[in-house]
Amino acid sequence: MRRALSWLLPVLLLVGASAPAGARVEVVQFDDPERQALYQEMIRELRCLVCQNQNLADSDADLARDLRRRTRELVEEGKDRDEVVEYMVSRYGEFVLYRPRLTAGTIFLWFSPVVLFLFLVWWVIRWRRQASRAETGYSANELRRARELLQEDGNQPREDSPR
Amino acid sequence: MTRFLLPLAVFAGLVALLWRGLDLDPREIPSNLIDKPAPAFSAPQLHEPGAQIGPADMAGRVWLLNVWASWCVACREEHGVISAMAKEVDIIGLNYKDKRADAIGWLEHWGNPYLASAHDLSGDIGIDYGVYGVPETFVIDQQGRIRYKHIGPVSPDQAKDTLMPIVNSLRSVVN
Repeated sequence: MRRALSWLLPVLLLVGASAPAGARVEVVQFDDPERQALYQEMIRELRCLVCQNQNLADSDADLARDLRRRTRELVEEGKDRDEVVEYMVSRYGEFVLYRPRLTAGTIFLWFSPVVLFLFLVWWVIRWRRQASRAETGYSANELRRARELLQEDGNQPREDSPR
Repeated sequence: MTRFLLPLAVFAGLVALLWRGLDLDPREIPSNLIDKPAPAFSAPQLHEPGAQIGPADMAGRVWLLNVWASWCVACREEHGVISAMAKEVDIIGLNYKDKRADAIGWLEHWGNPYLASAHDLSGDIGIDYGVYGVPETFVIDQQGRIRYKHIGPVSPDQAKDTLMPIVNSLRSVVN
Protein backbone atom coordinates (compact mmCIF):
# COMPACT_ATOMS: atom_id res chain seq x y z
CA MET A 1 0.00 0.00 0.00
CA ARG A 2 2.76 2.42 0.94
CA ARG A 3 4.64 1.50 -2.21
CA ALA A 4 1.59 2.19 -4.30
CA LEU A 5 1.17 5.55 -2.63
CA SER A 6 4.82 6.46 -3.05
CA TRP A 7 4.55 6.53 -6.84
CA LEU A 8 0.94 7.61 -6.97
CA LEU A 9 1.82 10.94 -5.42
CA PRO A 10 4.30 11.97 -8.16
CA VAL A 11 1.80 10.82 -10.78
CA LEU A 12 -0.92 12.93 -9.22
CA LEU A 13 1.46 15.90 -8.95
CA LEU A 14 2.39 15.47 -12.61
CA VAL A 15 -1.25 15.37 -13.63
CA GLY A 16 -1.86 18.49 -11.61
CA ALA A 17 1.15 20.21 -13.18
CA SER A 18 0.13 19.24 -16.69
CA ALA A 19 -3.39 20.63 -16.41
CA PRO A 20 -3.15 24.38 -16.99
CA ALA A 21 -5.46 26.61 -15.04
CA GLY A 22 -8.81 26.96 -16.76
CA ALA A 23 -8.66 23.79 -18.87
CA ARG A 24 -11.68 21.73 -18.00
CA VAL A 25 -10.21 18.26 -18.09
CA GLU A 26 -12.35 15.63 -16.48
CA VAL A 27 -10.96 13.46 -13.70
CA VAL A 28 -10.74 9.81 -14.64
CA GLN A 29 -10.31 7.24 -11.90
CA PHE A 30 -9.39 3.60 -12.45
CA ASP A 31 -9.52 0.94 -9.73
CA ASP A 32 -6.26 -0.56 -10.95
CA PRO A 33 -3.28 1.78 -10.46
CA GLU A 34 -1.49 0.22 -13.43
CA ARG A 35 -4.43 1.06 -15.70
CA GLN A 36 -4.49 4.54 -14.19
CA ALA A 37 -0.79 5.03 -14.93
CA LEU A 38 -1.22 3.75 -18.50
CA TYR A 39 -4.13 6.10 -19.09
CA GLN A 40 -2.19 9.07 -17.76
CA GLU A 41 0.85 8.11 -19.81
CA MET A 42 -1.20 7.76 -22.99
CA ILE A 43 -3.02 11.08 -22.74
CA ARG A 44 0.32 12.81 -22.20
CA GLU A 45 1.89 10.94 -25.10
CA LEU A 46 -0.89 11.50 -27.64
CA ARG A 47 -1.20 14.74 -29.52
CA CYS A 48 -4.40 16.73 -29.86
CA LEU A 49 -4.67 17.04 -33.64
CA VAL A 50 -6.75 20.19 -33.58
CA CYS A 51 -4.43 22.16 -31.32
CA GLN A 52 -1.26 20.41 -32.51
CA ASN A 53 1.09 21.67 -29.81
CA GLN A 54 -0.91 20.29 -26.92
CA ASN A 55 -1.30 16.73 -25.80
CA LEU A 56 -4.64 15.16 -24.95
CA ALA A 57 -4.09 15.77 -21.24
CA ASP A 58 -3.70 19.52 -21.71
CA SER A 59 -6.30 20.23 -24.31
CA ASP A 60 -9.80 21.50 -23.87
CA ALA A 61 -10.73 20.85 -27.51
CA ASP A 62 -13.74 18.72 -28.36
CA LEU A 63 -11.66 16.20 -30.27
CA ALA A 64 -9.21 15.89 -27.36
CA ARG A 65 -12.11 15.12 -25.04
CA ASP A 66 -13.39 12.45 -27.45
CA LEU A 67 -9.95 10.91 -27.80
CA ARG A 68 -9.48 10.91 -24.01
CA ARG A 69 -12.79 9.10 -23.72
CA ARG A 70 -11.71 6.58 -26.36
CA THR A 71 -8.34 6.14 -24.62
CA ARG A 72 -10.15 5.48 -21.35
CA GLU A 73 -12.39 2.90 -23.04
CA LEU A 74 -9.41 1.14 -24.61
CA VAL A 75 -7.55 1.06 -21.29
CA GLU A 76 -10.67 -0.22 -19.53
CA GLU A 77 -10.94 -2.99 -22.13
CA GLY A 78 -7.49 -4.11 -21.01
CA LYS A 79 -5.54 -2.96 -24.07
CA ASP A 80 -1.84 -2.49 -23.44
CA ARG A 81 0.35 0.45 -24.42
CA ASP A 82 1.22 -0.86 -27.90
CA GLU A 83 -2.39 -1.62 -28.71
CA VAL A 84 -3.56 1.87 -27.75
CA VAL A 85 -0.74 3.41 -29.80
CA GLU A 86 -1.56 1.18 -32.78
CA TYR A 87 -5.24 2.12 -32.52
CA MET A 88 -4.47 5.83 -32.67
CA VAL A 89 -1.71 5.65 -35.29
CA SER A 90 -3.84 3.53 -37.65
CA ARG A 91 -6.45 6.32 -37.60
CA TYR A 92 -4.49 9.53 -37.18
CA GLY A 93 -1.01 8.58 -38.40
CA GLU A 94 2.39 8.82 -36.78
CA PHE A 95 1.78 12.52 -36.07
CA VAL A 96 -0.53 11.66 -33.19
CA LEU A 97 2.51 10.49 -31.22
CA TYR A 98 4.76 13.06 -29.59
CA ARG A 99 7.61 10.54 -29.83
CA PRO A 100 7.39 9.05 -33.32
CA ARG A 101 8.28 5.38 -33.55
CA LEU A 102 11.47 4.33 -35.29
CA THR A 103 10.50 3.37 -38.83
CA ALA A 104 11.98 3.81 -42.28
CA GLY A 105 10.02 7.02 -42.59
CA THR A 106 11.18 8.52 -39.29
CA ILE A 107 14.81 7.34 -39.29
CA PHE A 108 16.02 10.68 -40.65
CA LEU A 109 14.09 12.48 -37.92
CA TRP A 110 15.71 10.37 -35.21
CA PHE A 111 19.29 10.31 -36.41
CA SER A 112 19.81 13.61 -38.21
CA PRO A 113 20.92 15.34 -34.95
CA VAL A 114 23.61 12.68 -34.39
CA VAL A 115 24.77 12.93 -38.00
CA LEU A 116 24.83 16.71 -37.78
CA PHE A 117 26.83 16.55 -34.53
CA LEU A 118 29.43 14.16 -35.97
CA PHE A 119 29.72 16.36 -39.04
CA LEU A 120 30.34 19.42 -36.86
CA VAL A 121 32.99 17.58 -34.81
CA TRP A 122 34.77 16.57 -38.03
CA TRP A 123 34.45 20.11 -39.33
CA VAL A 124 35.93 21.67 -36.16
CA ILE A 125 38.86 19.21 -36.09
CA ARG A 126 39.66 19.96 -39.72
CA TRP A 127 39.39 23.66 -39.09
CA ARG A 128 41.75 23.50 -36.07
CA ARG A 129 44.30 21.54 -38.11
CA GLN A 130 44.23 24.12 -40.86
CA ALA A 131 44.51 26.93 -38.33
CA SER A 132 47.65 25.36 -36.73
CA ARG A 133 49.15 24.96 -40.16
CA ALA A 134 48.39 28.57 -40.95
CA GLU A 135 50.43 29.75 -37.92
CA THR A 136 53.78 28.58 -39.34
CA GLY A 137 52.93 28.17 -42.96
CA TYR A 138 54.19 24.56 -42.81
CA SER A 139 52.39 21.32 -42.13
CA ALA A 140 53.33 19.08 -39.17
CA ASN A 141 55.07 16.72 -41.60
CA GLU A 142 57.10 19.47 -43.16
CA LEU A 143 58.22 20.72 -39.76
CA ARG A 144 59.30 17.24 -38.68
CA ARG A 145 61.25 16.77 -41.90
CA ALA A 146 62.93 20.13 -41.39
CA ARG A 147 64.04 19.12 -37.88
CA GLU A 148 65.41 15.81 -39.16
CA LEU A 149 67.40 17.61 -41.84
CA LEU A 150 68.85 19.98 -39.27
CA GLN A 151 69.88 17.05 -37.04
CA GLU A 152 71.50 15.16 -39.94
CA ASP A 153 73.78 18.13 -40.44
CA GLY A 154 74.80 17.91 -36.82
CA ASN A 155 73.25 21.25 -36.17
CA GLN A 156 71.08 21.53 -33.09
CA PRO A 157 67.94 23.54 -33.70
CA ARG A 158 68.46 27.03 -32.39
CA GLU A 159 66.41 28.27 -29.49
CA ASP A 160 64.37 30.61 -31.67
CA SER A 161 63.67 28.11 -34.42
CA PRO A 162 60.10 26.86 -34.74
CA ARG A 163 59.42 23.61 -32.96
CA MET B 1 37.74 30.15 -52.50
CA THR B 2 36.94 26.49 -51.82
CA ARG B 3 36.80 27.13 -48.07
CA PHE B 4 33.56 29.04 -48.65
CA LEU B 5 32.01 26.32 -50.78
CA LEU B 6 30.99 23.98 -47.97
CA PRO B 7 29.33 26.60 -45.73
CA LEU B 8 27.65 28.01 -48.82
CA ALA B 9 26.34 24.55 -49.76
CA VAL B 10 25.04 24.04 -46.21
CA PHE B 11 23.37 27.44 -46.31
CA ALA B 12 21.81 26.74 -49.70
CA GLY B 13 20.53 23.41 -48.39
CA LEU B 14 18.93 25.08 -45.38
CA VAL B 15 17.32 27.74 -47.56
CA ALA B 16 15.90 25.06 -49.85
CA LEU B 17 14.55 23.08 -46.88
CA LEU B 18 12.95 26.08 -45.18
CA TRP B 19 11.64 27.47 -48.47
CA ARG B 20 9.84 24.17 -49.06
CA GLY B 21 8.50 24.36 -45.50
CA LEU B 22 6.82 27.68 -46.24
CA ASP B 23 4.45 25.96 -48.66
CA LEU B 24 3.55 23.07 -46.39
CA ASP B 25 0.44 23.22 -44.27
CA PRO B 26 1.12 21.71 -40.85
CA ARG B 27 -2.60 21.02 -40.52
CA GLU B 28 -2.49 18.59 -43.42
CA ILE B 29 -1.57 15.35 -41.75
CA PRO B 30 -1.10 12.43 -44.12
CA SER B 31 -3.80 9.87 -43.50
CA ASN B 32 -2.94 6.30 -42.64
CA LEU B 33 -6.20 5.16 -44.21
CA ILE B 34 -5.25 5.69 -47.84
CA ASP B 35 -5.73 2.47 -49.86
CA LYS B 36 -7.20 0.77 -46.79
CA PRO B 37 -10.82 -0.38 -46.51
CA ALA B 38 -13.13 2.41 -45.38
CA PRO B 39 -13.95 1.65 -41.73
CA ALA B 40 -17.32 -0.06 -41.60
CA PHE B 41 -20.20 1.60 -39.81
CA SER B 42 -23.95 1.52 -39.87
CA ALA B 43 -25.43 4.68 -38.47
CA PRO B 44 -28.93 6.12 -38.29
CA GLN B 45 -29.75 8.39 -41.20
CA LEU B 46 -30.12 12.05 -40.42
CA HIS B 47 -33.58 12.42 -41.93
CA GLU B 48 -34.84 8.93 -41.13
CA PRO B 49 -33.44 7.81 -37.78
CA GLY B 50 -35.10 4.44 -38.25
CA ALA B 51 -33.07 3.68 -41.39
CA GLN B 52 -29.36 2.93 -41.39
CA ILE B 53 -26.65 3.99 -43.79
CA GLY B 54 -23.05 2.84 -44.14
CA PRO B 55 -20.24 2.14 -46.60
CA ALA B 56 -21.67 -1.32 -47.29
CA ASP B 57 -24.67 0.34 -48.97
CA MET B 58 -22.36 1.97 -51.50
CA ALA B 59 -20.40 -1.13 -52.54
CA GLY B 60 -19.67 -1.26 -56.26
CA ARG B 61 -19.79 2.50 -56.69
CA VAL B 62 -17.22 5.26 -56.55
CA TRP B 63 -18.49 7.72 -53.99
CA LEU B 64 -17.50 10.54 -51.68
CA LEU B 65 -17.89 10.65 -47.93
CA ASN B 66 -18.13 14.27 -46.87
CA VAL B 67 -17.81 15.04 -43.16
CA TRP B 68 -19.85 18.09 -42.26
CA ALA B 69 -21.70 19.82 -39.43
CA SER B 70 -24.04 22.76 -39.07
CA TRP B 71 -21.60 24.39 -36.61
CA CYS B 72 -18.80 24.16 -39.14
CA VAL B 73 -18.15 27.51 -40.81
CA ALA B 74 -15.85 26.11 -43.50
CA CYS B 75 -18.59 23.65 -44.49
CA ARG B 76 -20.67 26.57 -45.68
CA GLU B 77 -17.70 27.72 -47.71
CA GLU B 78 -17.43 24.42 -49.60
CA HIS B 79 -21.17 23.81 -49.80
CA GLY B 80 -21.49 25.17 -53.34
CA VAL B 81 -18.59 23.02 -54.53
CA ILE B 82 -19.99 19.90 -52.88
CA SER B 83 -23.40 20.61 -54.43
CA ALA B 84 -21.83 20.98 -57.89
CA MET B 85 -19.89 17.72 -57.48
CA ALA B 86 -23.06 15.96 -56.33
CA LYS B 87 -24.37 16.24 -59.91
CA GLU B 88 -21.53 13.99 -61.07
CA VAL B 89 -20.82 11.66 -58.16
CA ASP B 90 -22.73 10.11 -55.26
CA ILE B 91 -22.00 11.84 -51.98
CA ILE B 92 -22.84 10.49 -48.56
CA GLY B 93 -22.68 12.97 -45.70
CA LEU B 94 -21.26 12.18 -42.31
CA ASN B 95 -22.98 14.62 -40.00
CA TYR B 96 -20.37 14.93 -37.29
CA LYS B 97 -21.20 15.79 -33.65
CA ASP B 98 -24.25 17.78 -34.55
CA LYS B 99 -27.77 18.10 -33.17
CA ARG B 100 -30.26 16.47 -35.50
CA ALA B 101 -32.56 19.49 -35.67
CA ASP B 102 -29.68 21.89 -36.33
CA ALA B 103 -28.32 19.66 -39.08
CA ILE B 104 -31.67 19.27 -40.83
CA GLY B 105 -32.28 23.00 -40.58
CA TRP B 106 -28.86 23.71 -42.12
CA LEU B 107 -29.61 21.44 -45.09
CA GLU B 108 -33.05 23.02 -45.58
CA HIS B 109 -31.49 26.46 -45.64
CA TRP B 110 -28.47 25.75 -47.86
CA GLY B 111 -29.73 22.76 -49.86
CA ASN B 112 -29.01 19.06 -49.47
CA PRO B 113 -26.37 17.64 -51.83
CA TYR B 114 -26.24 14.25 -50.08
CA LEU B 115 -27.89 10.98 -51.05
CA ALA B 116 -28.14 10.54 -47.30
CA SER B 117 -26.29 11.65 -44.22
CA ALA B 118 -25.19 9.40 -41.38
CA HIS B 119 -25.78 10.93 -37.98
CA ASP B 120 -22.63 10.63 -35.87
CA LEU B 121 -23.61 12.42 -32.69
CA SER B 122 -20.88 10.94 -30.50
CA GLY B 123 -18.09 11.39 -33.04
CA ASP B 124 -17.17 7.69 -32.84
CA ILE B 125 -17.35 7.19 -36.61
CA GLY B 126 -15.23 10.31 -36.98
CA ILE B 127 -12.53 8.77 -34.79
CA ASP B 128 -12.51 5.62 -36.95
CA TYR B 129 -11.96 7.81 -40.01
CA GLY B 130 -9.28 9.89 -38.30
CA VAL B 131 -11.37 13.04 -38.61
CA TYR B 132 -9.75 15.99 -36.87
CA GLY B 133 -10.86 19.01 -38.83
CA VAL B 134 -14.27 19.30 -40.40
CA PRO B 135 -14.91 19.43 -43.34
CA GLU B 136 -13.11 16.39 -44.69
CA THR B 137 -13.83 14.50 -47.89
CA PHE B 138 -12.92 10.89 -48.65
CA VAL B 139 -12.93 9.31 -52.12
CA ILE B 140 -13.95 5.65 -51.85
CA ASP B 141 -13.72 3.15 -54.69
CA GLN B 142 -15.91 0.26 -55.85
CA GLN B 143 -14.17 -2.15 -53.48
CA GLY B 144 -14.82 0.16 -50.55
CA ARG B 145 -11.23 1.34 -50.19
CA ILE B 146 -10.34 4.92 -49.30
CA ARG B 147 -8.32 6.27 -52.22
CA TYR B 148 -7.99 9.92 -51.31
CA LYS B 149 -8.63 12.21 -48.38
CA HIS B 150 -9.11 15.93 -48.58
CA ILE B 151 -8.85 17.96 -45.38
CA GLY B 152 -10.59 21.31 -45.09
CA PRO B 153 -13.04 22.97 -47.47
CA VAL B 154 -12.84 21.84 -51.10
CA SER B 155 -12.19 24.77 -53.43
CA PRO B 156 -13.63 24.81 -56.97
CA ASP B 157 -10.12 24.25 -58.36
CA GLN B 158 -9.44 21.32 -56.04
CA ALA B 159 -12.73 19.73 -57.07
CA LYS B 160 -11.96 20.21 -60.77
CA ASP B 161 -8.24 19.40 -60.73
CA THR B 162 -7.95 16.76 -58.01
CA LEU B 163 -11.13 15.18 -56.67
CA MET B 164 -13.13 14.70 -59.88
CA PRO B 165 -10.13 13.39 -61.90
CA ILE B 166 -9.53 10.80 -59.15
CA VAL B 167 -13.21 9.82 -59.19
CA ASN B 168 -13.19 9.51 -63.00
CA SER B 169 -9.99 7.49 -63.13
CA LEU B 170 -11.34 5.09 -60.50
CA ARG B 171 -14.49 4.66 -62.53
CA SER B 172 -12.54 3.87 -65.67
CA VAL B 173 -10.45 1.20 -63.94
CA VAL B 174 -13.31 -1.26 -63.69
CA ASN B 175 -15.49 -0.31 -66.67
